[in-house]
Amino acid sequence: MTHPFFPVLVLFFFAGSVVLALLLIAQMVGPKRPNPVKDEPFESGNPPKGDARIRFPVKFYLVAMLFLIFDLEGVFLYPWAVLFRRLGIFGLVEMGIFLTVVVVGFVYAWKKGALDWE
Amino acid sequence: MEHPIQTDYLRWIVLLPLLGAGWNGLLGAQLQKRVGKWLVSLFACAPVVFSFLLSLAAFFGLLALKPEERFLTDRVYAWLSLGSLHVDVAFWVDPLSAVMILVVTGIGGLIHIYSIGYMHEDRSYWRYFAFLNLFTFAMLLLVTADNLLLMFIGWEGVGLCSYALIGFWYQDHVNTRAGNKAFIVNRVGDFGFILGIFLIFWSLDQQGHGTVAFREIATFASLLQGQEIWGIGVVTLATLFLFLGATGKSAQIPLYVWLPDAMQGPTPVSALIHAATMVTAGVYMIARLNFLFSMAPVTLEVVASVGVATALLAATIALTQTDIKRVLAYSTISQLGYMFLAAGVAAYGAAIFHLMTHAFFKACLFLGSGSVIHAMGGEQDMRKMGGLSRSLPWTFWTFTIAVLAIAGTPLTAGFFSKDEILWQAFSSPHGSSWLWLLGVAGAGMTAFYMFRQLFLVFFGECRADHHVQEHLHESPKVMTLPLVVLAVGSIAAGWIGLPGIFGPNLFAQWLEPVLGAAHEAHGSGAAEGTLMVFSVGVAAFGFYLAYLIYYRRALAPEHFSSLAGGLLYRLSYNKYYIDEIYQFVFIRGTLLLARIGVWIDQYIIDFIVDGSARTTALVSWVNGLFDNYVIDGIVNQLADSTFAAGDKFRKVQTGNINSYLYVILGAVIVAIIVKLRYWS
Amino acid sequence: METNLAPLLPSAEVVLTALSVLLLDLFIRKDEKGLLVWISLIGLALAGGMALFLWGSHEGAFQDSILLDDFALFFTELFLGAAAITILSSVHYVRETNIHEGEFYALVLLSTFGMILMAAANDLILFFLGLETMSIGVYILTGMWRERSQASEAAMKYFLIGAFATGFLLYGIALIYGAAGSTHLGRIASALGQTKSHGSIILSAGVFLLFVGLAFKVAAVPFHFWVPDVYDGAPTPVSAFMAVAVKAAAFAGWARIFLYQLSPLQSEWTLPLKALAILTMTVGNLLAISQSSVKRMLAYSSIAHAGYLLIALVAGGESGGQALLFYLLSYAAMTFGAFGVLIALKEGENDHEAYSDFAGLGFKRPFLGMAMSLFMLSLAGFPPLAGFTGKFYLFRSAVVAGHIDLAIIGALNSLLSVVYYLRVIVMMYMEEGGAEGKPFARAPYLYLAIAIAVLGTVYLGVLPAPALDLSRISFISLH
Repeated sequence: MTHPFFPVLVLFFFAGSVVLALLLIAQMVGPKRPNPVKDEPFESGNPPKGDARIRFPVKFYLVAMLFLIFDLEGVFLYPWAVLFRRLGIFGLVEMGIFLTVVVVGFVYAWKKGALDWE
Repeated sequence: MEHPIQTDYLRWIVLLPLLGAGWNGLLGAQLQKRVGKWLVSLFACAPVVFSFLLSLAAFFGLLALKPEERFLTDRVYAWLSLGSLHVDVAFWVDPLSAVMILVVTGIGGLIHIYSIGYMHEDRSYWRYFAFLNLFTFAMLLLVTADNLLLMFIGWEGVGLCSYALIGFWYQDHVNTRAGNKAFIVNRVGDFGFILGIFLIFWSLDQQGHGTVAFREIATFASLLQGQEIWGIGVVTLATLFLFLGATGKSAQIPLYVWLPDAMQGPTPVSALIHAATMVTAGVYMIARLNFLFSMAPVTLEVVASVGVATALLAATIALTQTDIKRVLAYSTISQLGYMFLAAGVAAYGAAIFHLMTHAFFKACLFLGSGSVIHAMGGEQDMRKMGGLSRSLPWTFWTFTIAVLAIAGTPLTAGFFSKDEILWQAFSSPHGSSWLWLLGVAGAGMTAFYMFRQLFLVFFGECRADHHVQEHLHESPKVMTLPLVVLAVGSIAAGWIGLPGIFGPNLFAQWLEPVLGAAHEAHGSGAAEGTLMVFSVGVAAFGFYLAYLIYYRRALAPEHFSSLAGGLLYRLSYNKYYIDEIYQFVFIRGTLLLARIGVWIDQYIIDFIVDGSARTTALVSWVNGLFDNYVIDGIVNQLADSTFAAGDKFRKVQTGNINSYLYVILGAVIVAIIVKLRYWS
Repeated sequence: METNLAPLLPSAEVVLTALSVLLLDLFIRKDEKGLLVWISLIGLALAGGMALFLWGSHEGAFQDSILLDDFALFFTELFLGAAAITILSSVHYVRETNIHEGEFYALVLLSTFGMILMAAANDLILFFLGLETMSIGVYILTGMWRERSQASEAAMKYFLIGAFATGFLLYGIALIYGAAGSTHLGRIASALGQTKSHGSIILSAGVFLLFVGLAFKVAAVPFHFWVPDVYDGAPTPVSAFMAVAVKAAAFAGWARIFLYQLSPLQSEWTLPLKALAILTMTVGNLLAISQSSVKRMLAYSSIAHAGYLLIALVAGGESGGQALLFYLLSYAAMTFGAFGVLIALKEGENDHEAYSDFAGLGFKRPFLGMAMSLFMLSLAGFPPLAGFTGKFYLFRSAVVAGHIDLAIIGALNSLLSVVYYLRVIVMMYMEEGGAEGKPFARAPYLYLAIAIAVLGTVYLGVLPAPALDLSRISFISLH
């Protein structure tokens, strides 16, 4: 009762048990009458074709990764913008350096054709 | 000793051969092709000759000084400096190293000249001389170094050159193997040597005087008295380690095995490196550190015992060998044993004296055998020789003189030096009549096998085939001249160290400032005379036996070889199977360890991978069964799940990464458990 | 928020060079790529000049989480040199293997930046950042020869195991933070002094996990399994870079963290570390004996040398630190040289890495043969070469610290190592057949790199005094 974070622990525990409990209840109470049609993966009503796990072109991952990187780096601008006045010239220069590095990366990705789909 | 005289020419004694080596090593191949071999020879021999002249200058420089002031030094620069440790690159010449540089440059020079003739036809003439010069440099560095570390450089350097020259004719794999063996066996000795250096430095450091310079060690050695480590006196342990180093370089039990194989190298190399100079480095090192060895009676006992045991063992092996150079190789080991016997009874002067005389007659013997091999077109088996005295008169006479010397015939050099050792073994406070008796037995065998060789090679009927007989020829002057000089030395070199009953021992007096006064003899002159007569008698018996068997053919050698069912003969002929035993125990042992290591790296890991893969497969198989029976029961599913299992199996096995991670994790857990255990 | 940026100058210069190389690479033709080599080298030289200019200063930046002392500068110069040699020896290699040149050099430079950060970091978090910057660069470098499947496999392995080890390291840092309340080395040390918290299980466990992470990076047994596979699979210049610079960076971090400020924490672990050193030397040497590929042999030999270097860490103190720094210098020279000769043997698709490929090299390429003999002898600890003086100081530091057993086992090990180093020399001078080896005209940069290594190997052996002084001054600047 002494630790300030004790309630958080309780919350975690509570949340976990609710999820577990719901799943268990559904498992125990729900009727199970499986048949082959029912076991098939649901594909908007069409009869399923092939394996549900198919390969994606690696390009998707590339784009996702680039997005993540530049997105996260963009996020750094927000705290800087908030404290812009307090950080002054020093902050401006630092952000300039940071952005230069990001831009170099961007130019690199662009020129290498990482942004072209075909 | 207090104020060594600074000079600036000692460095050139050492460096000139290095310049020669560098010159021939870098430009020799081109010079040989474009200009001719004579230029290579010139650049190889001239530095050694100049070194010899400078050594003579140093010698006479010393001679002009009062005995207690005989000490020259030449400090080049500070090499290492760390905390209390300061090591200079500095050379010194005192009476002891003066003897050594004269031997090395003198005999080395003769052998260089001899090689001009011997190696004349070789394609890699320049390479040979580059290494020979490099060797001379390293050997001179070894004997003129003013501290243990610099000496160690020379020590390793001579080993390296010896290795390169043993394997000189690398086209034959036997030679390569012999070179490797020599190198690795020597490294075992070097390991002892460096540990000895560390121990000396460390224990002196404990007393506040960490140093590796000889003069300072000598000054502070007394501080080490009574210091102990692991319950053994520090001095005893350090000297034992150093002696291990000496047994490697000087081919003593248990590390002598490389020397006979080293005979695969060109014969002048055998003469210079494996008889006259390098193999005596161990003896020199003990004489140099005589003050330390004298402080450790246990070590001295070990040295003397190993010395006399090696002398005997090698002599018994030499009795039955048939290769002309192998007999000489075992004879060298045996003679080195005598030197260690002398050192072991604290008669360092006698050891150095024998070192010097041995250098003359053994170099002469080897070069003589080289001349024989040259004439025989490469044949080394004595059973195929005989009667060569007619066609090789110069070689024959010089060889005979050297045989007389090594057998200890009165008035030759070998007689005086060997007698000095035997007398010291008997009369020194560290000696005993046992050591003397064993030494005399060895001397008898020496006389036997050397005369056996002389008779087999030069007397009787020639047993070579006609083709060889037709081509028999005396070697050119450039080869016989060094033989003559060495033969003269084999007789005259002994007269500077006459035994007490004949006159003043100039040699002992010369070394006195370094090695201390020779022991006052216990016995009288009469005792010395009696012992001398006895040992000469034993040697004469050895000669007579050889004469009967191999000259008169009055006795068949089979009489002796069949003794004890031929067992003794086989043991001797096969060198007591020591090589085979070493091969089995050490080489196989190390390889086995290496293989076990590889096995652990591969199979244990594989085992873990396999294990984890099987577990995964099993789990998925059970899963599959479960799926089938509970959910569907369609037989097809079985195939699917097996496929899935295989898939999982494959995933686990690609790359072995999991196994690495398991091992790391395992190691961490084990370490934590161990840590926790010894914590509480 | 005044911050002194001077300490960052050399590393900033390296990053700037890396970015310029990366950018320029995009805009030049394929036959102009030689320019990138020069830009990289000039950038490294400039950074080296800056480090030299800053020599003797003792400043901190970012709340002292980066320290610019002689120790950091010593390692900065070492890493810059290592990067320069790596670039020199890879010029021909990357062209033959179709590795993208621009990225290759840029990654070498960026890894170098990470290493510099590791040596200068006075804060565990910053140390970790440096380590990751270095590691990620090297992961990619390992796999850059994409046409070769072993390279991809090696990169994957290296990456996965590296990530695993990083986990240990991070967890260790977290535990130490939990126990001492800071990740800043100075503040951890003072916390130790105040609360006497050393001896607490949490701190001890943290230190242990940190050791595990570092032991992985220096490739100590039993954290070595990745080394042979990775060194073998990686492009040879990268193997050399890993063997020298990555190892040196990990040792630099280890020395800064545990030889001075947190030394009381290490003393508790002396016995296990001793076992680690002995195990590393012995296993490395034993396994090296039974290799048939020289590249794998060098990989195991680098493990064995990590074992020798661990001796210095166990010995600690001024003599241990000095020996460590000096040995790293010597080790760098001879290892770069040995790998350099290996690179020179590569002929098109065929790597020529087996012992038998060295047959007769001494006669076909006298310079390469002579150089390789020197490196092998030096690695085996033969006087008067760098390896001998280096080992001499290592063993001496062990003896001075009272670990005579370590010195003896070390000496025995260097005896053992002769067997496999000698085999290379035997091959080169006493066998025939084998690879041709590139002539000077076809690989001048590589020959330059080998020549530098030869000079270093001989110089550090014959005239070690200046480098020893440098090592001592650098190490005591930690205090």
